[in-house]
Amino acid sequence: MARAITTRKKIAFTALAWTLAMVIFFPILYTIITSLKTETEAIQGFNLIPSFTLENYVTVQTQRDYFKPFMNSVVISVGSTILALIVAIPAAWAMAFSPTKRTKDILMWMLSTKMMPAVAVLVPIYLMFRDFGLLDTRVGLTIMLMLINLPIVVWMLYTYFREIPGEILEAARMDGASLVSEIVYVLTPMAVPGIASTMLLNVILAWNEAFWTIRLTTTNAAPLTAFIASFSSPQGLFWAKLSAASTLAIAPIVILGWFSQKQLVRGLTFGAVK
Amino acid sequence: MGSITLQNVSKTFGEVSVIPSIDLEINDGEFAVFVGPSGCGKSTLLRLIAGLEDTSGGRILIDGKDATDLAPSQRGLAMVFQSYALYPHMSVRSNIGFPLKMAKMNKAEIDRKVEEAAKILNLTDYLDRKPRNLSGGQRQRVAIGRAIVRSPECFLFDEPLSNLDAALRVNMRLEISELHQKLNATSIYVTHDQVEAMTMADKIVVLNKGRIEQVGSPLDLYRSPRNLFVAGFIGSPKMNLISGPKALEQGAHTMGVRPEHMTLSTTEGAWKGKVTVAEHLGSDTFLHIATEEFGTITARCSGEMPVRHGDIVYATPDENRIHRFDERGLAL
Repeated sequence: MARAITTRKKIAFTALAWTLAMVIFFPILYTIITSLKTETEAIQGFNLIPSFTLENYVTVQTQRDYFKPFMNSVVISVGSTILALIVAIPAAWAMAFSPTKRTKDILMWMLSTKMMPAVAVLVPIYLMFRDFGLLDTRVGLTIMLMLINLPIVVWMLYTYFREIPGEILEAARMDGASLVSEIVYVLTPMAVPGIASTMLLNVILAWNEAFWTIRLTTTNAAPLTAFIASFSSPQGLFWAKLSAASTLAIAPIVILGWFSQKQLVRGLTFGAVK
Repeated sequence: MGSITLQNVSKTFGEVSVIPSIDLEINDGEFAVFVGPSGCGKSTLLRLIAGLEDTSGGRILIDGKDATDLAPSQRGLAMVFQSYALYPHMSVRSNIGFPLKMAKMNKAEIDRKVEEAAKILNLTDYLDRKPRNLSGGQRQRVAIGRAIVRSPECFLFDEPLSNLDAALRVNMRLEISELHQKLNATSIYVTHDQVEAMTMADKIVVLNKGRIEQVGSPLDLYRSPRNLFVAGFIGSPKMNLISGPKALEQGAHTMGVRPEHMTLSTTEGAWKGKVTVAEHLGSDTFLHIATEEFGTITARCSGEMPVRHGDIVYATPDENRIHRFDERGLAL
């Protein structure tokens, strides 16, 4: 009897999970379907069966260069992630392994900057970018995204490093390891999974960032977010083409996310369980 | 070769003085146990010797040479931690071989020494496993293997058995004692368990609030505790400490009688009382007896004695084994 209930429960939960997943995934699916329709089909209303035309993808490629914003996205997201790690790793090490009374406050303060609405600082940032000649440059955007995501990167690394027991580092010292050997043979191998998931998450966050990337660029440094936005303007809306552009823009990150699911989930729930 | 001397060693954390000042001599080849209640400073003292904490004053000599300012890696000591502190990303082989790798020994030599240590500790079949695939006892053996592999001057053990279950703890206790006989290296062992201290030590150092209460062999401490603290700490079940008129009769402020130093009878004796709890261990029975004159005492009697909860019994202390203490708690 008990077993029957458990099985029924399991089926119910599985069905519920699938339903929820489909509801969440549906907009993306519908975007892909729409991208395979003709423009006429696309504005006709809800329809799940497209005519499977690739015309939109060809148009998007030939009318506007997909490759340039794609490369911009890659450079900006990867660049800002590397830059953020260079700053955040030493910061998180220090906070995790030699905390002071103020460490928690500093962490909270860093996080609090994320609570401020971005629009509030749009004008000052825009003016600074203009004066420093950073508008519409990859360098400018890389720095901007690094600064935006830095609190999250520091927090994630901090929680990872906190999980490394201090006794293991002490054991290495007792075993005759110098500071360099301690870092090379013990610390780094233990921290690699943490650094990897932080990196992945940050690349995704930077890739999807659409507020600053659209506002601080025009053509030269415009990443895929700006590329998509450009399809919803002057000549009116072209749903099918917009969908094709969107699909092309999210494809790389969806594929990356798919292959690194395990790392990502571990990264996001780390320290939460146990 | 592995003597350790502490001269006036003290340690303060901020405002708090954890260890006011300690002098101690541990001879070469000795198995010394630091024992005391939690928070007594025993682990801190061990960490000072290891070099994992800096001293606030005094000197630490290892083998006659001043080691006070040496880094842990330069002291030639090996340590076994309570949490085992194994490197999770390395196999058992690499874990045990790590100190040798740090000493820049060549690979063939490392392999030979690791195999040798593994043989002593029955780990040969597990050399290629990761620590997460080992049981608690096996992990502890790996931690010990990592310590013995480079034949250090002295071993430091920081409560190494407290994460193991009771049965395994008894086994590992024996194994560590055997290992000590075999290697004959100086060992310092920290524990809060007085049974471990009694069974393993050549020399017990009883600590309380950062001070040494008494140093001596296990039987010295058992037979002639220097003060009330040691009297109450060493021995299981605890010594009965009685003050008041009964103690004055003995010419003391407090008198102490160990549970095993009393004769019990159901018909006659010195102290009459009612059994509140009888704990039957099989070979022995521990009786908690509520006396009319001075509260509850514990007595140990043969498991054969037919007593039950609620029975009236008489306890007679062995005159020659009564401990007497003055008002300051010092033995008379």
